[in-house]
Amino acid sequence: MTATSPTPLSSPVPFVEAITRYEPVIGLETHVELGTTAKMFCGCPNAFGAEPNSAVCPVCLGLPGSLPVINKTAIEYTIRIGLALNCSIASWCRFARKNYFYPDMPKNFQISQYDEPLCTDGWLDVDAGGQVVRVDIERVHLEEDTGKSRHVGTSGRIHGADYSLVDYNRAGIPLVEVVTRPIPGTGALAPAVARAYVTELRDVMRSLGVSDVRMEQGSLRCDVNTSLAPAGSVQLGKRTETKNVNSLRSVERAVRSEIERQAGILDAGGRVIQETRHFHEETSTTTPGRSKEEAQDYRYFPEPDLVPVAPSLEWTEQIRAALPELPAARRARLQADLGLSDRDMTALRNAGALDLVAETVSAGASPRQARNWWLTELSRRANEAGLELGALPVTPAQVARICAMVETGQLTNKLARQVLDGVLAGEGSPDEVVAARGLAVVTDADVLAAAVDEAIAANPDIAAKVAEGKITAAGALVGAVMKATGGQADAALVRQLILARLTTS
Amino acid sequence: MDAGSDLTRWTAAQMAAAVAAGEVSAVELTEAHLDRIARIDVQVRAFLYVAGDAALAAARAVDARRAAGEPLRPLAGVPLALKDVFTTIDMPTTCGSKILAGWQPPYDATITRRLRAAGVVILGKTNMDEFAMGSSTENSAFGPSHNPWNLSRVPGGSSGGSAAAVAAYLAALGIGTDTGGSIRQPAAVCGLVGVKPTYGGSSRYGLVAFASSLDTPGPLTRTVLDAALLHEAISGHDPCDSTSLHAPVPPVVTAARNADVAGLRVGVVAEFAGDGYASGVLTRFNEAVELLESLGAKVTEVSCPHFDYALPAYYLIAPSECSSNLARFDAMRYGLRLGDDGMASAEQVMSQTRAAGFGAEVKRRIMLGTYALSSGYYDAYYGKAQQVRTLIAGDFAAAFEQVDVLVSPTTPTTAFPIGERADDPMAMYLADLCTIPCNLAGNAALSVPCGLAPEDGLPVGLQIMAPVLADDRVYRVGAAVEGALGQRRGHPLLEEASGVDEADDAGAEAGR
Amino acid sequence: MSITRDEVAHLASLSRLDLSDHELDRFAGQLDVIISAVARVQEVAAAGIPPTTHAVEFTNVFRDDVLAGCLGADAALAQAPAAEMGYFKVPKILAED
Repeated sequence: MTATSPTPLSSPVPFVEAITRYEPVIGLETHVELGTTAKMFCGCPNAFGAEPNSAVCPVCLGLPGSLPVINKTAIEYTIRIGLALNCSIASWCRFARKNYFYPDMPKNFQISQYDEPLCTDGWLDVDAGGQVVRVDIERVHLEEDTGKSRHVGTSGRIHGADYSLVDYNRAGIPLVEVVTRPIPGTGALAPAVARAYVTELRDVMRSLGVSDVRMEQGSLRCDVNTSLAPAGSVQLGKRTETKNVNSLRSVERAVRSEIERQAGILDAGGRVIQETRHFHEETSTTTPGRSKEEAQDYRYFPEPDLVPVAPSLEWTEQIRAALPELPAARRARLQADLGLSDRDMTALRNAGALDLVAETVSAGASPRQARNWWLTELSRRANEAGLELGALPVTPAQVARICAMVETGQLTNKLARQVLDGVLAGEGSPDEVVAARGLAVVTDADVLAAAVDEAIAANPDIAAKVAEGKITAAGALVGAVMKATGGQADAALVRQLILARLTTS
Repeated sequence: MDAGSDLTRWTAAQMAAAVAAGEVSAVELTEAHLDRIARIDVQVRAFLYVAGDAALAAARAVDARRAAGEPLRPLAGVPLALKDVFTTIDMPTTCGSKILAGWQPPYDATITRRLRAAGVVILGKTNMDEFAMGSSTENSAFGPSHNPWNLSRVPGGSSGGSAAAVAAYLAALGIGTDTGGSIRQPAAVCGLVGVKPTYGGSSRYGLVAFASSLDTPGPLTRTVLDAALLHEAISGHDPCDSTSLHAPVPPVVTAARNADVAGLRVGVVAEFAGDGYASGVLTRFNEAVELLESLGAKVTEVSCPHFDYALPAYYLIAPSECSSNLARFDAMRYGLRLGDDGMASAEQVMSQTRAAGFGAEVKRRIMLGTYALSSGYYDAYYGKAQQVRTLIAGDFAAAFEQVDVLVSPTTPTTAFPIGERADDPMAMYLADLCTIPCNLAGNAALSVPCGLAPEDGLPVGLQIMAPVLADDRVYRVGAAVEGALGQRRGHPLLEEASGVDEADDAGAEAGR
Repeated sequence: MSITRDEVAHLASLSRLDLSDHELDRFAGQLDVIISAVARVQEVAAAGIPPTTHAVEFTNVFRDDVLAGCLGADAALAQAPAAEMGYFKVPKILAED
């Protein structure tokens, strides 16, 4: 059979256009490093950043004669994850050996799970583009992580021998793999759905307390599968697997870039090669990895050094009963407690402000106040400073304090904004800023009396009208007093004083 | 014979009693054995490494404990030969392979630790077929060991070095491993007692894996009681080995002392006779069966129809597991590294090193295992073989409803000449014919000498098999046979071994 | 013939064994004989029979999530064919993971 290479001159088709003619199907394989104390099969520390090869022992180094013993907490965490993802938990399952040679794998096989995973058939709902998409989860299984190797030297052939340096500290750390089923029907939302899924999965893991899920540290790793089929076709296209996707933004961009690339190939009449591709952050594109037309045969067989894992119903139910509130449930609860509309919720989530608002409410503000402050004033200031909302140098408690001061009349909204400026500038707490800048609303009648007299004196015509009974004219006098006091007078009190002066009760 | 040789003729039980009683020091014992090794091992070539100072230090520690009035464990002070497949922190561990030549493990196997804790003096590491694959030690990268009965014959394998050491009185105790018969067959051809305990009975942590679901550490000794004492010393649950049994160690020492088989139901495996069995082996075997009857046992014939498939099943399962277990020997972290010239890739260095570092049998089994596990072949080969195991376990279960133990010859022939089967793998595999079923089902089996074959004067072994966890039964029957035959003979069988030249200056001349 | 020389060469490559032509010839013949012999297991009707791995079947052997002693980098690297700055030094890796 002659190999049909993709037409050399095919170029990517812009996303918006590609999506009109092709339907994407995506899939995600996510690896999560569990935050156990010890490694998966031995007592070495599960820690990040230790001196190379300082956290190893005969077992995780795969020394001749060593044997694995399963970390019970890793099993518990995996069951927790499976339950949170609505999976069925196997009543009996085994580990299997995945055999291949690679220097970062001490035994040249990885203890993993093959056809008997711990958790199967679950789902996770994600919000993308205003829609709820149910992502079906095929399986959640447990395996051991590999060591880390880095290439050293130049590629020059005459001098500079290339070699690699290997650190096995990471070898043997428990790794949970979550595999989705193919996700069809997302159309133009495919990149957003992929990102939303990984985000939600990450938040679930965090709420379960099973991992610190830091993509930048490698405790959450994501491979994205993408395939295209002509619109209306029933057959699935050839899929590519994209690796080295190291951030949420990259997840979205990787899907987008693959859709564009594959559309270009298909438009030109070529064939998409089923292969592993490597994502590049700088260019937001993918390049081919090792081309493997034939899938590698891992010669799986049940791990003979381990006995099966058979979680009892009792244990599983114990774990289920102890599950914390999951992100979706928490969001629903907050939405109800805070009395937020769906639109509000979306706005808050998009701005990453939900937790901040919730904390502000916990600190005493009303939901409406908290929502308004974070979505208007604070969002504006964050944008101006080029910061994430959560990075602003003001705490939810401080925002709540400002709201409270407005509520009691100690501050007007305008003054409150000045107080906020002061806090953001590092001048101290809201109360400290009020005191230092003298921003409190003035409510002392004696203090205000002088200003009232001045305003009356300066506007005799208006004063006369008020005296005649045209109460509404008092507004202009109030404005004058407000201006004279730099906005700090208690407007209502000023109005009272003016009326008292000019009218007989 | 001088006093030194006399000491080495004692049984382990006798040595332990003498040490405990203060009649002899552990150091004296160790020195006597080290001296004998220095004189005689050049003929037998049992040892790959002799511990020397470390052994004497261990002996001194035993003597110190005794002097301090501390209680001694049952085998304290007794010298032992350890198969070079167990990791030892103070001795190299080569597994009989060039790929691990000189490897110094950074940890002790659990078996090693338990032996040390028992006060046993490890004299050194013994020769073996490379990575435990073989039945003669001819697959050792360092040359074969020689049978003390006749130096031109094999001592069996893969634990041939330990067997040769014990049979030549170079050690009182030996530890081997039995995956397809590698303790029992050497025991049989060297005139020793060899036991494969129930799988999982003793820890595999630190036992360099050949076939994970089959490998079993066990004793090689000159008497059944010695084997029982050693069995107890090494057995018991180990949290470092997930496959190690939680059940208590069967009462093997008690059983070894109670050699009563009256009323015991003994089944002769019908499938283990006929063509391929040396006449002398069958003669001595049948006599042993008659002996059991005369001691009061009830003997019947039992058919185990699936035993015919045991050999092919074994030669699928063991290579499959070993192809995976031996993948770690890749020149990256320890062991031999060849071809690293700064230009070659890791893959090339791996392939070159493994090709040079592994012997032919190991390569064959790795490739066979890779084949059997390949996608498309798994169900027909490895998968099927694992099903055959269930059928064989079923045969045993059915048999043990009718009888208490099963018996057969341990191996079809006596010790064959060195070189005779070296180029014929299939012929070599046949040595395991009778021993393999117990590895596949995991139940306990013991080989006890039952005489010499008339045609060549070489030892024959009787194999006794018991149900899973009923290890004590094989000791009871083995002790009965040993006792009765010993009475008839009037002296231990091993005393008739005359292959080794005991003259002092023979050591210098004896070459290869 | 149950296995060809080419297939044996492929097995050798999968197993990271750089065999000589002479070895390939010899092993091909021997493996052919052995595979034919072990194929006998297929004669046994075993539909629906579960496989057996261990003599005594038990489940759920675990260790608690606690630390146990490490080797230390020195011991880990002591037997390494090559080491550099606390790492295992290995020849350049061609394949991507």
